Amino acid sequence: MIRVVLPAHLRTLARVNGEVTLDVKGEVTQRAVLDALEARYPMLHGTIRDHVTLKRRSFVRFFACEQDLSHESPDAPLPDAVAMGTEPFLIVGAMAGG
Amino acid sequence: MSSVRLLVGTKKGAFILTSDGTRKQWTVNGPHFGGWELYHLKGSPVEPNRIYASQTSSWFGQIIQRSDDGGKTWHQPGTPPGEPTTTPDGMPKGESNKFVYDTSPETGKPLTTHQHYDGTQRPWEFKRVWHLEPSLTEPDTVYAGIEDAALFRSGDGGQTWQELSGLRDVKGNLWQPGAGGMCLHTIVQDPSNPRRIYVAISAAGTFRTDDGGKTWRAINRGLKSKYELPDPDAEVGHCVHRIAMHPTRPNVLFMQKHWDVMRSDDAGESWHEISGNLPTDFGFPIDVHAHEPETVYVVPIKSDSEHFPPDGKLRVYRSRTGGNEWEALTNGLPQRDCYVNVLRDAMAVDSLDPCGIYFGTSGGQVYGSASAGDSWTAIVRDLPAVLSVEVQTLL
Repeated sequence: MIRVVLPAHLRTLARVNGEVTLDVKGEVTQRAVLDALEARYPMLHGTIRDHVTLKRRSFVRFFACEQDLSHESPDAPLPDAVAMGTEPFLIVGAMAGG
Repeated sequence: MSSVRLLVGTKKGAFILTSDGTRKQWTVNGPHFGGWELYHLKGSPVEPNRIYASQTSSWFGQIIQRSDDGGKTWHQPGTPPGEPTTTPDGMPKGESNKFVYDTSPETGKPLTTHQHYDGTQRPWEFKRVWHLEPSLTEPDTVYAGIEDAALFRSGDGGQTWQELSGLRDVKGNLWQPGAGGMCLHTIVQDPSNPRRIYVAISAAGTFRTDDGGKTWRAINRGLKSKYELPDPDAEVGHCVHRIAMHPTRPNVLFMQKHWDVMRSDDAGESWHEISGNLPTDFGFPIDVHAHEPETVYVVPIKSDSEHFPPDGKLRVYRSRTGGNEWEALTNGLPQRDCYVNVLRDAMAVDSLDPCGIYFGTSGGQVYGSASAGDSWTAIVRDLPAVLSVEVQTLL
């Protein structure tokens, strides 16, 4: 199972507390994780990536294993620790005030 | 007994203020959606407990919220309250978040470009919903004014949205953003003609449809923008801040423009200036008394770019003559050291007698008058910066 940590506002929208866990079929990539996340929590459509282009919103970042994965290809494999479920995939709001 | 309900959108959430018809004691409920910008909330005129809200964030984008119980509980349209949301089977698809410009060959327009601040052309890009205008007759129909400027309509209670793309046909390449962005902020429906709708855009001007939104034309004759446009009388490009109409006189429109307060007596075919003796003709909101169609309210604001009241005195100005002759309303409002702004959607009137009038400020105050503006009290003083104020008169 893939562990995903959502920022507080998206946890509120998705009506969840703490981490969410997702079953991702096939290779574990950013795109596969976000597809699975949006399929399970459709109210998050458009909040992390654009509805049409599927590009990451500019004030949203992706971290895992103490690395910034925001600029990696959406189709690149995520770290093994994320794929194994030992480390979470973190979706965070950019540190830009607010 | 009648009561009133104020719907207040702020930079950090929504608040609902309620009072009985005396409008003396108020209950403050909120924040709803704390931490998000609530650009606008508005109730359906035919089903007042149906309230639509625009919840937005530079981080996480646009969310539409709806309440069917007067603001007690909220849900994203398509996700009814109480329904399970944690299993994929039969779940709504989050369409209510989705505002996509119509580029379909059948009904849409190519995703054209508009002017950027520097005069270069940029493609339209959705940013947020500024204004929600529920239909006067159908509770499931609601219009959304968005940035980058376009008009969307939902016929299913806010679950799905379709652009009325004919609007962008009207010289959209000459539209440009005002300081707040290129936003469609005003939607006025003609109560005597369901096919006629007015919209206003900063900075493009005012537009009218007479066929329910399929085709549009600019109605800006008489507007003059000599400091903003190379051609002061241009057909489009004017920075209109707000328009208002009294429902019994749908052909009479009042406008607060970037500079100038204007009036039209022919459904926008022509405009003339009514700024008269105002201390400055810059401002954002404009509204009309609920029972006196020739009584108009504005809040003059100093500009360029200061955007605070002249002389540190917060004054609403009222004209009882349909413009030109204005009186300052100051009783109960701060008359020294006041440097707040009042935004275009942050003023509203109730329909009680005497007419109540309300406005919110960038300093977080919401002021109310139960005497048509003769005297004012602060209903609340310390909310986040107020973006919008609407009022519902509940009988």
